Amino acid sequence: MTIKIAQLSCGTEYSSVQPEIAKAAQSVGAKVVYPDVGADDIEAAVERFGFNPRSPQLKLMIARAVALADGKYDADAIFIATCFRCAEGALVRNELRRFVQENTRLPVVTYSFTERMKAAQLLTRMEALVTIVSRKEILARERQTGLTAGIDSGSSTTKAVIMRDNEILGKAWMPSYNVVESATEVLEQAMKEAGIKFSDIEAMGTTGYGRYTLGKHFKAKLVQEELTVNSKGAVWLADRQRGEATIIDIGGMDNKAITVRDGIPDNFTMGGVCAGASGRFLEMVTNRLKIPITELGALAEKGDWRNAKMNSYCSVFGIQDLVTNLGEGKTFEDVAAAACHSVAEQVYEQQLQEIDVRHPIIQVGGTSLISGLVKAVGEILGEMPIVPPDSQYIGAVGGALLSSGMMDMGE
Amino acid sequence: MKVFIDPPNSLILFDIVERFGHEPLSTMAALQERVNSMEIDMPPMNVTLDDVIRGLKYAGIEVPSGIRGRLAVWGPMIDEADAAIVMEEAPFAFGCVGCERTNVMVKYLLKRKGIPILFAKYPEDGDEARRFVARAREFLEGLG
Repeated sequence: MTIKIAQLSCGTEYSSVQPEIAKAAQSVGAKVVYPDVGADDIEAAVERFGFNPRSPQLKLMIARAVALADGKYDADAIFIATCFRCAEGALVRNELRRFVQENTRLPVVTYSFTERMKAAQLLTRMEALVTIVSRKEILARERQTGLTAGIDSGSSTTKAVIMRDNEILGKAWMPSYNVVESATEVLEQAMKEAGIKFSDIEAMGTTGYGRYTLGKHFKAKLVQEELTVNSKGAVWLADRQRGEATIIDIGGMDNKAITVRDGIPDNFTMGGVCAGASGRFLEMVTNRLKIPITELGALAEKGDWRNAKMNSYCSVFGIQDLVTNLGEGKTFEDVAAAACHSVAEQVYEQQLQEIDVRHPIIQVGGTSLISGLVKAVGEILGEMPIVPPDSQYIGAVGGALLSSGMMDMGE
Repeated sequence: MKVFIDPPNSLILFDIVERFGHEPLSTMAALQERVNSMEIDMPPMNVTLDDVIRGLKYAGIEVPSGIRGRLAVWGPMIDEADAAIVMEEAPFAFGCVGCERTNVMVKYLLKRKGIPILFAKYPEDGDEARRFVARAREFLEGLG
């Protein structure tokens, strides 16, 4: 079955990116479609939507969204895109996302593109849309069964988990270097802790940047992008499989904000343009402060971010701010707190504005172990996030959990 | 009742709403409060960086700062409005707030709120003006 992704966009044809969108969809077994609307329907759709943009193509976008909301056009998922830096486009894009979420149950992803956008940047997002549509049964799984393994090959760290009958038996992580070698090393450590050998493993799931390489190497039953896998791991670890939640994962290379309903994502944003808002920036900060990253959180908790100005979107300029602050005699504690606050603030500004935050908020990923960052997120959101135990293992746990579903289905 | 006026700095709409017994929600009041109750950080309007960040509630990070700053002032008034009067195609002298994108967004936010709204075209002559005042009176009296 080919998944139909309805494209609601303005400017893609004139930005030279339309072939990239089609290519990304095709590479995950999906097809981009354009809801048909009559010329006469456009004004009425705009009137109903309530936002009357000047740009005719944005009006067409709105009419297409209304056609989907009214069930006049059949699609499985929605991709909403407008040009980066177009104010009118940004306003319409976000409100249309809200509109289709209120009026349909289709998963949605939004994106603002430049002429440099390539299919690879869209791949994980498109893959997640397809997963949500085509693997609903697997995503609905709440219990892990049998003996399974999950490997999360992240940009900064590689993690492995061994699970048996809904319990974690073994786990290990290490900084990523060679994809296969890092994964093999953490898997061996996790198997040792679990007291099992490789041939005992009934199924394996891989996720993260190295998922395809590892999937092929280990003959994994499940090879899946990190948006859906991490969501499952997060709700399992936090014991919030039912109801709604927002998952925040500040990663080494990109950040994810995902809303879930009964453990299945229905909206997500994935940022990666500005490194000043990433875990990598915090790593750079600790290098400059010459402290292990494991000490950054406690140090930040003792400081006050207000005493040191740091709010650059760029990691290079962020480090310049840090150097300036240290030169002015600011304490390590205040600088550490300011760095955490800066990352949390940017995640709030850049990611959390593109989704409707649902409660509770679950913060996961390696950076959730930095207590100062969790505190900063809590201060900015006005609500302390839940950080489940083993929160850095979400991807590996999600892989082990979901691959046990593949086992039952005999795939 | 609290009635949002658009353009939000229209003195005429402000006066009409007040005359018929309601509380107009206007730019003047919002900015007056800022100028009186805070130190002047960002003259002349005293819209601060924190305001612009607060504007993210109404529009995403990619939306230009001038729109978010404006929405930081009017958004909370829209949130508390019970009704609104919107004058369309008004000339600058009637009440000018400078940014068409913000103006379109304000109308959208009002519609999304689902409150009673009187949309009126700017009157071109005395008769149209009298008819508008009569409509506004009827609308405002009907609000209870």
